[in-house]
Amino acid sequence: MKVAFWPGCVSKGACPELYVAMQKIAPVLGLELMELYEAPCTGAGVLSEQNPELAYSLNALTLAMAEQMGADLMTICSTCQGVLSGAQYHLTRDEALRERVNRTLADSGFQYRGTARVKHLLWLLVEDVGLDRVAGLVKRRLSGLRVAPFYGCYILRPEEHLGLREKPERATYLEKIIELVGATPVEYHGKSKCCGFPMLTFNREVSLKMAGKHLLEAKSKGADVLVTPCPLCHLNLDGQQPDAARVVKEPIGTPIFHLPQLLGLAFGFEPAELRLNHHVVNTRLALEKVELKV
Amino acid sequence: MKWTIEVGRYDRTAGDGRGEVRSYPPPYENAPQRRYQTFEVDLPDHAMVLDALIAIREYQDESLVVRCACRSAICGSCGMWINGAARLACITKLREVARDGKVTVEAPPSMPVVRDLVWDMTPFWQKNRAVLPWLENKEPVPQGEEYRVPNAAMENLIQEVSCISCGVCVMDCESFAVNPDFLGPAALAKAYRYVADPRDAKTHERLGRYSQPNGVWDCTHCYECVAKCPKGVAPMEQILKIRKLAVEAGYRNNSGTRHAVAFAESVAHSGRLNELTLMPKSFGLFNIRAQLQSLPAAFNMLRAGKLPPLLHPKVPHVERIKAIFKKVGGMFSS
Repeated sequence: MKVAFWPGCVSKGACPELYVAMQKIAPVLGLELMELYEAPCTGAGVLSEQNPELAYSLNALTLAMAEQMGADLMTICSTCQGVLSGAQYHLTRDEALRERVNRTLADSGFQYRGTARVKHLLWLLVEDVGLDRVAGLVKRRLSGLRVAPFYGCYILRPEEHLGLREKPERATYLEKIIELVGATPVEYHGKSKCCGFPMLTFNREVSLKMAGKHLLEAKSKGADVLVTPCPLCHLNLDGQQPDAARVVKEPIGTPIFHLPQLLGLAFGFEPAELRLNHHVVNTRLALEKVELKV
Repeated sequence: MKWTIEVGRYDRTAGDGRGEVRSYPPPYENAPQRRYQTFEVDLPDHAMVLDALIAIREYQDESLVVRCACRSAICGSCGMWINGAARLACITKLREVARDGKVTVEAPPSMPVVRDLVWDMTPFWQKNRAVLPWLENKEPVPQGEEYRVPNAAMENLIQEVSCISCGVCVMDCESFAVNPDFLGPAALAKAYRYVADPRDAKTHERLGRYSQPNGVWDCTHCYECVAKCPKGVAPMEQILKIRKLAVEAGYRNNSGTRHAVAFAESVAHSGRLNELTLMPKSFGLFNIRAQLQSLPAAFNMLRAGKLPPLLHPKVPHVERIKAIFKKVGGMFSS
């Protein structure tokens, strides 16, 4: 299956381990990644807040590039997914906006038509590749590992942008994947809450408190590791975890896996191949549970 | 149909060992303890959670304290936690939320509790008052007449005016949960109502006031209030409108504005986000305290091999992206 692949800025920046892990698992899943090298940043909701039309135009360009490839667009970042889904939601419903945006794009040689779907890897796994097929690819069952899903916001809300009205089960896909790789999902309140990252530069204390509280809750429910479909959540939950622990005044030490890293382990890759040795929070204790070393 | 209703009770006897005592998940771990009591009710398939609570109070336990009036999502009295999420009991069908016929209701752990399902709205009203929710008329109201404005000028406010002050958005606001000083979604949505009112004379002062700490820049943009509001007010959307207007009005000496500008500069320059320069630029280059605070995390990431590449290459054909910024970039176009 060919997909127009949008890695997002973070997987090419501060979370390179996500990009590497995705490249590893793609051939196993039979995904041919046609990377959108020329596409712009989605604006991550920051640009749309100050200038919606600018964000819609940038994202229409990205969507039009996928259309020209004749493939659906795949994201590996919940924030990119949320912003692209939101742009498509408005571009589909507002004809005047679509016309204005296409006039803006006129010189680029691209026009937005709305023929490509935008899907996060998480959705693609369940809805297109199929859970049965993914289950057949599992070579190493991660039995005994207790994994807490961390969805974050932009892959769940607003529901109408993200197809959750039609497919409410999208809010349970992470648990399905966790079970499929032989691990045990951990249920906790914070799984669909904000990681705090959007506030990190505005109010650091509040941002880190959010991250710390969710991490402590997952840990108290016995989680060995959290898994997230969003590299921005990863930046706060992993990258800032030592500072978050200081803010909530309790040690944490719970590692965070990116979704492709969890799958990669189940597909038989070694932790170092998935760059699990390049996290801020050491992954050693969690990996030892499934008899792996970094 | 038979339904099982589990009610979190809070009164003098709560926490005295009778009934099951549960701890709340963070950040609500310090919420007062409740005792959970289970009732069986027989109600039709279309019954609401509030119908069940009234049935319990009328026929099983008259000591149950529940606040309600209109039963039609107008009075805003019956906001509570239903299966761990903020909702109005009067418009939540039992069958929508029941798990194996069971529904758990309790006062929200983010709020002080008066008794059982009744929570104290004092902090809610304090926040509301703090945004000065009244008109400062530009000109005196004409004698014996109304102060008339064209319909079109008020259409922008319809969404916010639908607010019934039920507090559901505040109950589940993530930022409020860890920072009780945050003005919160309801009060800030109310604030927008006055910012956008053409009759108000204090728009500029209001924008400055709401841009202060614990104001609009303390919203974490998580859509929780948009998802929870029973009246479609979409408080977060109103908060973002205030941010935009405040930036346009010149209130730019804050990390939120610097962040947006640095973000846009980076995308306009190279097509992608430069994470390396975004953080320091957002803090303000001379905000030494914030710069120092962010250093340990940067060092940790550097040590893990997670720092973004030092060279930030432009995406191929970046001129397409630059052209978009030039055409519709507005304040970001230069």
